Amino acid sequence: MLAKRIIPCLDVKNGRNVRGVKFSADRDAGDPVELATRYDRERADELVFYDITASADGRAIVMDLVTQVSEQVFIPLTVGGGIRTFDDIRQILKGGADKVSINSAAVRDPEIINQGAESFGSQCIVGAIDALRRPDAPADAPRWQIYINGGRTATGIDAVEWVEELVDRGAGELVLNSIDADGTREGYDIELNRAVAECTEVPIVASGGCGSDEHIYEVLTDGKASAALAASIFHFGDYAIPDVKRFLKERGVVVRE
Amino acid sequence: MIAVIDYGMGNLRSVQKAFEFLGFEAEITDRVADLDEASHVVLPGDAAFGDAMRNLRGGGWDEAIARSIDRGKPFLGICVGLQLMFSESEERGQHRGLDLLPGRVRQFPATERVPQIGWNQIAIQRPCAILEEIPEGSFYYFVHSYYVEPARPADSVATTDYGLEYTSIAQRDQVFGVQFHPEKSQDFGLKILDNFANLN
Repeated sequence: MLAKRIIPCLDVKNGRNVRGVKFSADRDAGDPVELATRYDRERADELVFYDITASADGRAIVMDLVTQVSEQVFIPLTVGGGIRTFDDIRQILKGGADKVSINSAAVRDPEIINQGAESFGSQCIVGAIDALRRPDAPADAPRWQIYINGGRTATGIDAVEWVEELVDRGAGELVLNSIDADGTREGYDIELNRAVAECTEVPIVASGGCGSDEHIYEVLTDGKASAALAASIFHFGDYAIPDVKRFLKERGVVVRE
Repeated sequence: MIAVIDYGMGNLRSVQKAFEFLGFEAEITDRVADLDEASHVVLPGDAAFGDAMRNLRGGGWDEAIARSIDRGKPFLGICVGLQLMFSESEERGQHRGLDLLPGRVRQFPATERVPQIGWNQIAIQRPCAILEEIPEGSFYYFVHSYYVEPARPADSVATTDYGLEYTSIAQRDQVFGVQFHPEKSQDFGLKILDNFANLN
């Protein structure tokens, strides 16, 4: 059976890992290479490096980290944050990443997804979205709007329609980040994950809001996600990955221990 | 020296790094002549079957691979590299493969999420040199939308369950193929590469 995945996310700014609360970096959570090595030992299923400076300098720092980590860590590595051009994708993959997570750039120019998928394969093109609940949608029929530029700019695009387009264009996997839930540690947006899971075939990675092992269990079952991404609950040692996996296994979720 | 074939497809560096981590000399090569110097040959691949075959034929790799296998050099196909070892594929049309092993490449049924992405288990069907010290049920990292169907059941070394039970490791003589990415599968993945590199 295919296992559900636990994916720690390292938000990297100026070479340090920081935790995001509603998209603002506010707390130092240590040396990223050290953290990555620890997560590898704890049998994380993948690692995500997110460049939250999203500048040329920031990219260079993140790629240097990925290169260092990939010398000794043999699990899939994804890089996201600030990808703008096709050439960015090429350089990130060349630098040792296995996947590239593309967010705002796809909204500005959706062809970047097609070009990436055609040149490097859908398996390495991850379509990432930042979605916020529409306050005008009824509670029993929620809808979400796509935001870009790190959650600052509304686009008017409907999240479910947009992810269908991302998949049509060649995204092999989706990361759904809930702006409402991000940094709250009150749980993932279950309805967002379920709504997208029901309309697409590709695997879904839930992101934003994780505060406990219960939340991970919830989104992998009710939320129908294939993987759960989490940051602060692991960085600060509140939960260790092996404990979370044991918790999931005891509840009948298939995990790799 | 282990030759990792660079035919313009996929992330080859991670395969090379894994061998280097294990203490073996591995070179990424885009020169067909280098296969003559190599002790082992690795064919990775992340690309579409048709494009990959076109590049392999265009570069003369198909003949060089056949020659190295005739000389008894261990050969390992990874992911699409495994699929390319078979006779034909139905990925976006009909394509002929390298035909090192008889069989077909088929698309997953729509009952599961496609592509399959993530860690899945192998069920070992028979002993095989690259599975030395690998426990039954070990997890490996898979990313694929197509799977192989060997014509000879004896060529199937291990199977994996994803909507159906399919061959995830194939082998005959010195020709080996794995559907997953051993270079991305931590200790049990590295062990397979180590076993392969230690073959004579």
